Amino acid sequence: MPGMKQSAKQIYNWLERRLQVEGPVKDAVLHKVPRNTASWWYVFGSAAFTLLMLQIVTGILLALVYVPSGAEAWNSLNILNHQVPLGWFLRAVHAWGSNFMVAVVFIHMAQVFLFGAYKFPRELTWTVGVFLLLMTLGMAFTGQVLRFDQDAYWGLGIGVFILSRVPIAGGSLVHLLLGGPTIAGATLSRCFALHVFVIPGTLLVLVAMHVWMVLKLGINEWPMPGRLVRKETYIEEYNKLAHEDGIPFVPGAFWKDLVFSAAVLAAVGVCAAVFGPSGPSGQPDPSITQTVPKPDFPFLWIYAVLSYLPPSMETPFILIAPILMIAGLLAVPFVASEGEKSWHRRPVAVLALSMVAVSWAVFTHLAMSTPWSPHMSAWSGDTLPVKYLREATPLVRQGAVIFQAKQCRNCHSIGGHGGERGPALDAVATRMTPDQMRYKVVTGGGNMPAYGKNLAPAEIEALVSFLETLHPKNEPPAFDPSQQANAATASTGGSGRP
Amino acid sequence: MSDSPKKQSTGPDIHTASEQASDREGPAVVSRRWLLLKAGVALNGLVGLALAVPIVRYLLAPVRKDESYKSWISLGAADSFPVGETRLVSFKNPWTQPWDGETDNVAAYVRKEGASQFTVFAINCAHLGCPVRWFPQSQLFMCPCHGGVYYADGSRASGPPERGLFTYEYKIIGGQLQINAGQMPSLSNTAKLVNIATPAKDGDCPCRG
Ligand code: FES
Repeated sequence: MPGMKQSAKQIYNWLERRLQVEGPVKDAVLHKVPRNTASWWYVFGSAAFTLLMLQIVTGILLALVYVPSGAEAWNSLNILNHQVPLGWFLRAVHAWGSNFMVAVVFIHMAQVFLFGAYKFPRELTWTVGVFLLLMTLGMAFTGQVLRFDQDAYWGLGIGVFILSRVPIAGGSLVHLLLGGPTIAGATLSRCFALHVFVIPGTLLVLVAMHVWMVLKLGINEWPMPGRLVRKETYIEEYNKLAHEDGIPFVPGAFWKDLVFSAAVLAAVGVCAAVFGPSGPSGQPDPSITQTVPKPDFPFLWIYAVLSYLPPSMETPFILIAPILMIAGLLAVPFVASEGEKSWHRRPVAVLALSMVAVSWAVFTHLAMSTPWSPHMSAWSGDTLPVKYLREATPLVRQGAVIFQAKQCRNCHSIGGHGGERGPALDAVATRMTPDQMRYKVVTGGGNMPAYGKNLAPAEIEALVSFLETLHPKNEPPAFDPSQQANAATASTGGSGRP
Repeated sequence: MSDSPKKQSTGPDIHTASEQASDREGPAVVSRRWLLLKAGVALNGLVGLALAVPIVRYLLAPVRKDESYKSWISLGAADSFPVGETRLVSFKNPWTQPWDGETDNVAAYVRKEGASQFTVFAINCAHLGCPVRWFPQSQLFMCPCHGGVYYADGSRASGPPERGLFTYEYKIIGGQLQINAGQMPSLSNTAKLVNIATPAKDGDCPCRG
């Protein structure tokens, strides 16, 4: 045993004499950090790094089988899913690793923001971090394209339409993105180059810079209300804190990083095993119109925002909002490089962060249920509750058939089934008189198309007489007071609507 | 931060070393060295520039005039389309590579209005390009993405799109219906923005051509 130990030491010394890394590594590992930074709040950055490593390893493993060709990519993914032993699991780990990475990067950013860690002298660390976030999102988007299924195809299509709105250069930018006039093999090839060479390369360089600065400038101390950052005194104060009340980074703080990273990796593994890989959905054949494309999770909120924007706002918003958002993020450390770090004394920061978080959650949630989209097969697939048709006259039944056959159900639900684009019609008769319904059906308005040209008068009558029956038993249908007055005076009032 | 004092000590070290060297070799030698270094940088810049030209040209290769991507494609005999109906057709993209796979299938909706009167719609929603679906019963195109709806003549009915559906140029040659296709329609190439306050009349989408 002592002999082995001896020779191990010799080998180590031989290597160290040539590499000379012991000094810098020791410095990095043993440098003192303020005691209170050894906290569970400080583990997200290292977890993001661990996930990046996981993505690189699984990405390389997938590249052993994946074929980055427009004609073969989709097939090779299916072979990975169904023929290569555990190919499905690797795809799942890579996909879930990506979801986790995006999430952890955002959480890391929120924590850094909340703790005021971007303030002097760590402004550049934040700036580099913003670019790391953009690169991470770039990886998520190009990764979604590499799946090269229907969702990838139409998601890219949305990208094309957004780019095409850029004034003057729009057309050229679209050609550059696609590598030609349409989404095709060339598009996949360039997304592959971005996803495996360009973005990861940049990502690694930026990560190196980011970590380097964290080591050189020290980990942000735990913010204390009333302890203000001033450029003249901060470095001195920090050094004092780190030296007088500091502990070596390893093992003091590092063990928590290790435990959390392991937990995140385990969570990725469990999600991958339980939920499996994502897709591929249908083959990327644009002539298949029976598809309801949806972007991957990190981009769902954009998808929701795009459906709520009024048309006139859309182009300005799409083109200007991302620039403003990125500029805003980059400006944060320069606008507020000094002063209070504690969230107890930064109400605006806390409010801003909560607002962003809540809006993000709301939009993502909305995008999962897409209440703005017609349910494409509701008209043919959803059943009408029997109670609405029991004891119905033939005319009412005919109206119910028209209601389904003319795709009204795609946007209006009855009995909880059908589209949510328009209002549910279970109690429509309590809200609208038959005349108002007729008017609305014929002329449309708001978000409803006009059906005047597509429905014969008899069909409209049948439809309205069906809608008239849609009211709760104990609630009378709406009526037109003027007509009732007319009826009372026994004069036959016609439908007096313009 | 523990290493900050050391960093300060390495800085002056290099400084004094270079000062000693310049003391020994005289300012003329040193300034010549700097000149040569500048020459080296300039040389690299020059070569870099010369290489950049073909590289940029290569990168920009896909950027071409829209027209150069397009060509006339037959969708079949004009008589095979029933008057008053809208049919989904698909064709092979004229601009294609062997490794495009299924992506070179393109679909379009052909609406025949009269004996030789057609409107050929792109399936891409004018909002953000999702494939719209035609419902003959209600005579509407519906988009699955954000709920855009269009009338049979392609004009906007409701939802986020700010204009009607895109149309292809068409002509009838030897009884064949041909369209000028080859490029994914988008707002940059097919039309400028159209004010939705004044919707297109009579199904004549202003984006034609
Ligand atoms: S893409 Fe059709 S409504 Fe947005």
